[in-house]
Amino acid sequence: MRLVLVGTSHHHAPIELRERVALDREQGRELAGRLAAGGGEAVCLSTCNRTELYVAGADAEATERAAVAALAELEPQVEQALYRLHDHAAALHLFRVAAGLDSLVPGEGEILGQVRAAYELGTTSTLLDRVFRQALHAGRKVRAQTAIGESPASVSSAAAALAEQVFGELAGRAILLVGAGKISEQAARNLLTRRARIAFVANRTLDRAEELARRFGAEPLPLERIEDELVTADVVVASTSAPGYVLDAETVARAVRQRRGRQLLLIDLAVPRDLDPAIHELAGCYLFDIDDLEAIVAETLAGRRTEAERAESIVNAEAEKFHEWQASLDIVPAIASLRARAEEIREAELRKAEGLLGRLDEGQRKAVESITAQIVNKLLHLPTVRLKQAAAAADGVVYAEAVRHLFGLGEDEH
Amino acid sequence: MAELLFWPVLVCYGEAAVGYLGDARRPGTAGRAATWGVRVGWLVQTALLAVQAAREAGFPWGTWAGSLNLFVWLVVGAYLIWGCRKPYRLLGLGVMPLAASLLVVARAGGGTGVGTRSHYSNLFLVLHVGLVLAAFAGFTLAAALSGLYLWQERRLKQRATTILRRPAPSLATLDHLAGRTVTFSLPALTLGIAVGIVRLVDSGDHIDALVVVTLATWLVWAAYIVLRTARGWRGRRAAYVALAGFALVILVRLALPATHFA
Repeated sequence: MRLVLVGTSHHHAPIELRERVALDREQGRELAGRLAAGGGEAVCLSTCNRTELYVAGADAEATERAAVAALAELEPQVEQALYRLHDHAAALHLFRVAAGLDSLVPGEGEILGQVRAAYELGTTSTLLDRVFRQALHAGRKVRAQTAIGESPASVSSAAAALAEQVFGELAGRAILLVGAGKISEQAARNLLTRRARIAFVANRTLDRAEELARRFGAEPLPLERIEDELVTADVVVASTSAPGYVLDAETVARAVRQRRGRQLLLIDLAVPRDLDPAIHELAGCYLFDIDDLEAIVAETLAGRRTEAERAESIVNAEAEKFHEWQASLDIVPAIASLRARAEEIREAELRKAEGLLGRLDEGQRKAVESITAQIVNKLLHLPTVRLKQAAAAADGVVYAEAVRHLFGLGEDEH
Repeated sequence: MAELLFWPVLVCYGEAAVGYLGDARRPGTAGRAATWGVRVGWLVQTALLAVQAAREAGFPWGTWAGSLNLFVWLVVGAYLIWGCRKPYRLLGLGVMPLAASLLVVARAGGGTGVGTRSHYSNLFLVLHVGLVLAAFAGFTLAAALSGLYLWQERRLKQRATTILRRPAPSLATLDHLAGRTVTFSLPALTLGIAVGIVRLVDSGDHIDALVVVTLATWLVWAAYIVLRTARGWRGRRAAYVALAGFALVILVRLALPATHFA
């Protein structure tokens, strides 16, 4: 069986083209089933960044043509943007995808779940089972052994990660949102995923504050009441469109005096800024504006790229293991046939010598059986080892054919 | 023969110190190796101390160097409570070089061998020396936590762009752990000092410099607790008090004991 990959991704096709070949779960399952009809195997991996078909078939060229045709049927123009990879290259690509190394943001974690979902929806057997299981293993290993996925890749996730640097677990930590726009909401959602509590939503227009507060189970406030709640809040996220500072250092300093040394993290996502930069100088106050957060994200992305180098070596090692396993698929039947033929000859020769052996007692007969079996095993040991070694190299198929030819192993044994 | 165990302990602690340095530059394998170095080293040191105790049928760490050896074991033991967790590996960067250095000093002073038997009773030594050393070990750990707090806070104040690349415990956690460690250590020091004073009064001995500085140390750590609870001194200010207390601990452990043990 040969492994064939045909697909396109953000590296090769713009969004306008990718969206035309994007498939939902049901469509992906249906297409995989169609491509696997007739004893093959197929998995369709479709995310916002890629649509890829992994297909296993006896004839690589025919399998590839079928996969290309399936995608071209969705959008004829996509054919120019398709990559086509076979066997080791296809497996290596899948392993890189699962590890997040082929993603727009290196190391993003969502792709591993998408690969798993695609695998579960696919029509799989020996080859695709193996390659997808190993891809999932490689993805998990990369995340466990490198820091590629540990750092945030967006401003709002960086803000949440900073909150964890100050408070540790965010469960139950009180968040005060200043401004009720989209940016505030996005930052709030990121904090909510870390089990923080949106306690207050303050806005110039109280209606809007009430609307957002209702969604988060928070208390709505007019901007004038922020100072009162600064005493209890742990994190302040500000993103209003006010032309000047919404919070000055003096106001925060008054609140800090009542906080008994508790830390206060302030995130200013607004331009122009909502929070007086002098707040950062107050004891126990840590203020980060949009530029600070963007610089942190840029740095963490650079760090991800460094970690990606380590991840590549893990992925390469896994791809090499898969390659050895796939090569052994060519060799193992040849070895089995060779051993079966040798055993057949041994038993035939023993039957021929039945007349002579008839005079032997049971113990002597067993000794003859054992000696002949040992001779066969010893003769076949070195060829078996060499064949397995050849399987790991590129010429495994040639060796397998040579063995079949030299020992006259029949077609039915292939 | 059992004193040969000193060398694997030193190698393990030294490896851990170097490993933590490597982990600070590039987190991963070096940090894991360092953690194993601490674990194995501490177990071997435990065996070394057990052999010493068995040979002397009691508490053989009444000498300055011997008590320093025991102190190192207590510090590393206290560190092991949290230190093996990934975010706390930076703590090892402060604790393990100190542990390895003090172990060498203890060895140079004869503290890892079995010296002459102390004329003090085992009960007094266990209560006085054991409690004081356990408290000092706790203070050392609290100081390391406070040092890490100041380092982490400085990164936040500087808005270091690399702040999310190096996992470190949060400020709140470090502050809380330092406070809790001192809360457990201070009663031990109080009791240890009380036992020492009772014996001092009983034997009619005079107060020496070590006793005075130990009392000053107690005052600083007591102030740490009082200021935290009554005045809300947390974070940076509490960390500075902890470091001041630790400076006295080092003075008591290294500079002044000669007169006390004589």
